[in-house]
Amino acid sequence: MRFVDEFRDADKAHALAARITELCEPGQRYKFMEVCGGHTHTIYKHGLEDYLPEAITLVHGPGCPVCVIPMGRVDDAIHLASEPDTIMTSFGDMMRVPGSQGSFFDAKAAGTDIRMVYSPLDSLKIAKQNPDKRVVFMAIGFETTTPSTAMTVLRAKAMGLENFSVFCNHVTIIPAIKAILDSPDLRLDGFIGPGHVSTVIGCRPYEFIASSYGKPVVVAGFEPLDILQSIYMLMLQLSEGRSEVENQYTRVVPWDGNLAALTAINEVMELRPYFEWRGLGFITHSAMRLREGFRAFDAEVLFGVPGVRVADPKACQCGEVLKGVLKPWECKVFGTACTPETPIGTCMVSPEGACAAYYNYGRMNRRRVVEVELTRP
Amino acid sequence: MTGRGTNWVDEALREHEEHAAAEEAAARNADAGDAGAGDAGGAARAAGRDATPSDREQQVLDRIDRARRRRPRIREERITMSHGAGGKASRTLVEAVFLDAFRNPLLEPLEDAAQLQVGGARLALTTDTYVVSPLFFPGGNIGDLAVNGTVNDLAVSGATPLYLSAGFVLEEGFGVADLTTIVASMTAAAEAAGVQVVTGDTKVVERGKADGCYINTAGVGVVEHHLALGAATARPGDAVIVSGPVGDHGVTIMLARGELDIEADLTSDTAAMNGMIAGLLEAVPGVRAMRDATRGGVATILNEVAVAAGVGVLVEEDQIPVRTQVRGAAELLGIDPMYVASEGRMVAVVDGGQADDALAALRAHPLGEQAAIIGHITADQPGIVLLKTAFGGTRIVDLLVGDPLPRIC
Repeated sequence: MRFVDEFRDADKAHALAARITELCEPGQRYKFMEVCGGHTHTIYKHGLEDYLPEAITLVHGPGCPVCVIPMGRVDDAIHLASEPDTIMTSFGDMMRVPGSQGSFFDAKAAGTDIRMVYSPLDSLKIAKQNPDKRVVFMAIGFETTTPSTAMTVLRAKAMGLENFSVFCNHVTIIPAIKAILDSPDLRLDGFIGPGHVSTVIGCRPYEFIASSYGKPVVVAGFEPLDILQSIYMLMLQLSEGRSEVENQYTRVVPWDGNLAALTAINEVMELRPYFEWRGLGFITHSAMRLREGFRAFDAEVLFGVPGVRVADPKACQCGEVLKGVLKPWECKVFGTACTPETPIGTCMVSPEGACAAYYNYGRMNRRRVVEVELTRP
Repeated sequence: MTGRGTNWVDEALREHEEHAAAEEAAARNADAGDAGAGDAGGAARAAGRDATPSDREQQVLDRIDRARRRRPRIREERITMSHGAGGKASRTLVEAVFLDAFRNPLLEPLEDAAQLQVGGARLALTTDTYVVSPLFFPGGNIGDLAVNGTVNDLAVSGATPLYLSAGFVLEEGFGVADLTTIVASMTAAAEAAGVQVVTGDTKVVERGKADGCYINTAGVGVVEHHLALGAATARPGDAVIVSGPVGDHGVTIMLARGELDIEADLTSDTAAMNGMIAGLLEAVPGVRAMRDATRGGVATILNEVAVAAGVGVLVEEDQIPVRTQVRGAAELLGIDPMYVASEGRMVAVVDGGQADDALAALRAHPLGEQAAIIGHITADQPGIVLLKTAFGGTRIVDLLVGDPLPRIC
């Protein structure tokens, strides 16, 4: 299949892997964080770690939209959805994220009208078809999805829709990366930069990572060869003593981002003073809310939410996993109390979450897998 | 207000603590009883800090394996859509509610059809309910599905399908012309499969209480050979075969719903496989198990085999036949064709020495022209399905959680 198979070519992968191995200094270990959950998913789904020398460890970062939503916000959303004559719309990923009383799926089974949509624009269709209901879109995600929410609000305004609003949970990636860089318990050698986010914000916002923290960043695409090549580019920077921001995903990411998308975000939204992140706590200027001129579309302002902060269960170590301090399987409740069927932590929910990716794709002993392959008939 | 009680997290954690405590105590006892040797896992667990990361990871994997073997419990207070998806939640529901209540030796294997000894004859009995949406789709309608699905459940159990029942739940206001079309399709499908619909039932419910038309069919067949078929009989060295490209039906339905604005030249693969299967059984005595790859797709079947037989399964991604249209749509939607339903494809586990004969027998039938050997059964990593990806890496293939495509059949 064109535009897919070229980026999954095993021969090219072997060649790249050999060059990566050549760049490893003897006795040296390297830790790279892939910031984006989409990369985590690719790495596990294609078994990319099989190509990496033992000296290189990939650490899974915080860039999974549903993983960073705290329990309290899920409770708030279910509160909004449970109001009379309300339809809540949400991306499918969000449906199984646990709040303190259960997930959207549980709320739906209990009679709340929560519908999955593929695009926020579908919510407008639903709002138009149901003039006697109020439709609330559960907006989540990093800069990747923020522009489409902003465009949806602009469209709703242009259409004069009065029964549509947004419960805004959009977050921004840079403060999260900064929180990780400032975290004392993690030593990283470089970052595999988020590809989709960068289509919107471009590569410039990462420059402080290279200049102030001295860590190389390579913005990467989502096919396995993209990621392997990015690791090669990181290793090359390290071996040449450089720390720069480089763009591997040039076929999609413009260096300066997407001005039209940024303009739409800026027109509709502004930074919140602070926002709670699952496992990471409150981070200043790390999330978006609707500007005052768009209050008529802001569910939080229109209907109010309890806003109760729900502490994560003590046993849940999502925060450490999101920061890359713990590997998924090192969490105490991984795979026993917390599974993809009954997730306690959000990292176990989305296929982009590190725990779910490991549980669903990587739950095996790679050393023993090699033995299995050797004994094939 | 919502589905789960307020303390579901506490409850899950308490259960976890109880099991962890019990396991630790068992490990301590083992060490005390047999200081020095003992089981390595237990000793390492007790020692903790001496274990290497790889050992510790293996301990966690073992712990998860034990957790997965425990009797499943339903934590939800209400049925959610996941319970109908054919994945983990469905299995939990079936085992925790239905199997627990109806438990008997005929039901316990949870095969596609029950095998009954009646007088001198071995019969197979199965039932299936169809709630597909939309009712009409490229390549068929709910009527074709209702006949073919039940015929296939009998055929993969090794039975010759004979008679079907048909029960209809109709919604007030449903078009008689549509019903006539559906029933005509059932007649044609039954004729093609060589079965007769010999009994039936009709119920009508008020508008809004059902979605047009639901159909239940039950089927009975006779088992005329002496093979002991069943997922539990798979053994290391066996070959795993699929009878054709997977996922056509699921993707067709998804596109037919028109929610995605994607178009593709694709039709449902709904078909009765009893002719093809009869040919296979006649040619190859070493067939161990067959399953039709409906809800949950090929991935779910392979997991069922791995668990039922206590074996590992190793499949190669680039050997699995998938049409380009299906791959493309699945890529766009972020779903894996291995989990997407087919309605005229099956997975067979066959004695490794007879794999080529089996392939030839399947390919001799029009439905099996693109049959392929996709992998084999292994002794290591029991209960786990491993996939060698086309990219050249390895990963596991687990049961699906959640439901990407509700009401596919």
